[in-house]
Amino acid sequence: MTFTSSARTADGRPDLAYKPNLSRNIGSRILTIIAGLFAGIAVLPLVLVLGYVLLKGASKISFTLFTELPPPPGLEGGGIGNAVIGTFVVTIIAGLVAIPVGVGGGIFLAEYSRGGSFAQFIRFGTNVLSGVPSIIAGVFIYGTIVTSRIVFGNAYSALAGGVALSILMLPTVIKTTDEGLKLVPDDLRRASLGVGASRFVTIIRITLPTAFTPIATGVVLAIARAAGETAPLIFTALFSPFWAEGVFNPIATLSVLIYNFAIMPYEAQNELAWAASFVLVAMILILNLFSRWLAQFASK
Amino acid sequence: MSTDTGKLYLLRHRPPSEKLVDVAFKNLAVILASVVALVLFAILLVVFFGGLESMGRYGWTFLVTSDWNPVDDQYGAGAAIYGTLVTSLLSLIIAVPLGVGTAIFITENIIPRKIRNVIGLMVELLAAIPSVVLGLWAIFVMEPFIRPALELLHTLMGWLPFFSTPPMGPGTLPAVLILVVMILPIITAISRDSLNQVPPKLRQAAYGIGTTRWGAIMNVLLPAAVSGIVGGVMLALGRAMGETMAVTMIIGNSNNFSLSLLAPGNTIASMLANQFGEADGSQVSSLMYAAFVLIIMTLAVNIFAQWMVKRLSLKY
Repeated sequence: MTFTSSARTADGRPDLAYKPNLSRNIGSRILTIIAGLFAGIAVLPLVLVLGYVLLKGASKISFTLFTELPPPPGLEGGGIGNAVIGTFVVTIIAGLVAIPVGVGGGIFLAEYSRGGSFAQFIRFGTNVLSGVPSIIAGVFIYGTIVTSRIVFGNAYSALAGGVALSILMLPTVIKTTDEGLKLVPDDLRRASLGVGASRFVTIIRITLPTAFTPIATGVVLAIARAAGETAPLIFTALFSPFWAEGVFNPIATLSVLIYNFAIMPYEAQNELAWAASFVLVAMILILNLFSRWLAQFASK
Repeated sequence: MSTDTGKLYLLRHRPPSEKLVDVAFKNLAVILASVVALVLFAILLVVFFGGLESMGRYGWTFLVTSDWNPVDDQYGAGAAIYGTLVTSLLSLIIAVPLGVGTAIFITENIIPRKIRNVIGLMVELLAAIPSVVLGLWAIFVMEPFIRPALELLHTLMGWLPFFSTPPMGPGTLPAVLILVVMILPIITAISRDSLNQVPPKLRQAAYGIGTTRWGAIMNVLLPAAVSGIVGGVMLALGRAMGETMAVTMIIGNSNNFSLSLLAPGNTIASMLANQFGEADGSQVSSLMYAAFVLIIMTLAVNIFAQWMVKRLSLKY
């Protein structure tokens, strides 16, 4: 069979030079430009949203913003102090519920039953639970904790909001614990069991500390996500224009405050919504960057 | 051998307390792991039994009628179900090319690695922005900005039923756009991971037989990464169906059925967010019924996604 390429140089050798004018090379360049354009469009929303939150929110930041209560509708001034505290309270409750349960579940998956059918079922359930819409977590808590008034006769409470958020945190914590523990070399476990340590001591003293950074990274990310959630809170933790009155009463949170104040027809409330967005976004981005730093710290 | 040295080499007997702790810890781990399954079943049961009354009263007609009248106790979630499907599918159609294109751009060596990493980081940080903040931005910045474009769309394409009403602020199309912003990071991140996992040998072989960059991408890299990309797209679809806050704030929350994308609409999630707080009696039951429909839709999409990833993954 003869060599049948039409592209040949004058002395008859095959021409291997790059020809920018071939239609396929032009097509390739066009597609590259389109992909670059798409990447530009993809980062545009982040730049615009962050820009506006900075522009409209940062100018409102002052000391009184954190020490005062939101004003009644129609009045000027005031702050978002109660919502900042409320976001901390609700997120801490969620963490207190989700972190022990999630880490324990992750320990079971990675240490006790790696390939067992029950473990596979739990892994599948974790994936499914992470796909459940956040508003459904709110509906579920409303149907159980809120309507039954199980919390000392109170319908809406900070506790109910925290538990709703913990449902959203749980899959992330389980997955990262599972993955983190799987990265621990089996040699460490065998060495520990070999010198006579029990399973419990091996996990608590050897594998968990070794996997601390990946687990912590996942937990920080889960907390960041929970802090920004609104949907599970609007009919569990509700809202309160006053300072927090314990965890058994409705509580204000930044995210619900943004929602409530954004749809109000008053300028002052809208301004506060922007200020609250700035505080919330700053908190979440700091947590995100912190988790990234943790992950990089571990890889060194 | 004396008994003293012999004792040194005897196996230590574990005290009963140590064994007890060991067994108790294992059982505790099993119980904590089962919490996931329990919560999942409890969610299904609570929402199902909460909606049982309405299911018995309206049956399947609930899914196709769209009266929503608490005064006459007449409920139907047709408009909300239609809105959920339309917003999530339309946002997917826009976000998939954007997300996969971005993923290709940041996994190819077109521009220096540092810039690519920055783009990747920015897209991931976009996922961290709370949806309520995106909703706030959509109300006060995006919607006024795109309104002239929507008006132009109405005057030019008004003969189509999809653009037949004049834009009046909140509506389905702005909600679709904000959904694109929300699901773009998921599609980009998962597509990027799947493209990165394609063995470099495949790309080198493609270049070796003389294809162009995009010949290799279209015929080798994308087919090899398709399982992960499809999985990511399905996850994004599930997220778009259940996304609540940003959509609630911009969609207009009207339960009147309208084909027009410029008219206010509704999704199941936005209906729940809007009405659950002040609902009582059979309205709660109807909302629970709608919530159950939403759960079934997202569960189906998510389980299908997991199955797809397993089924489509190519063996190199």
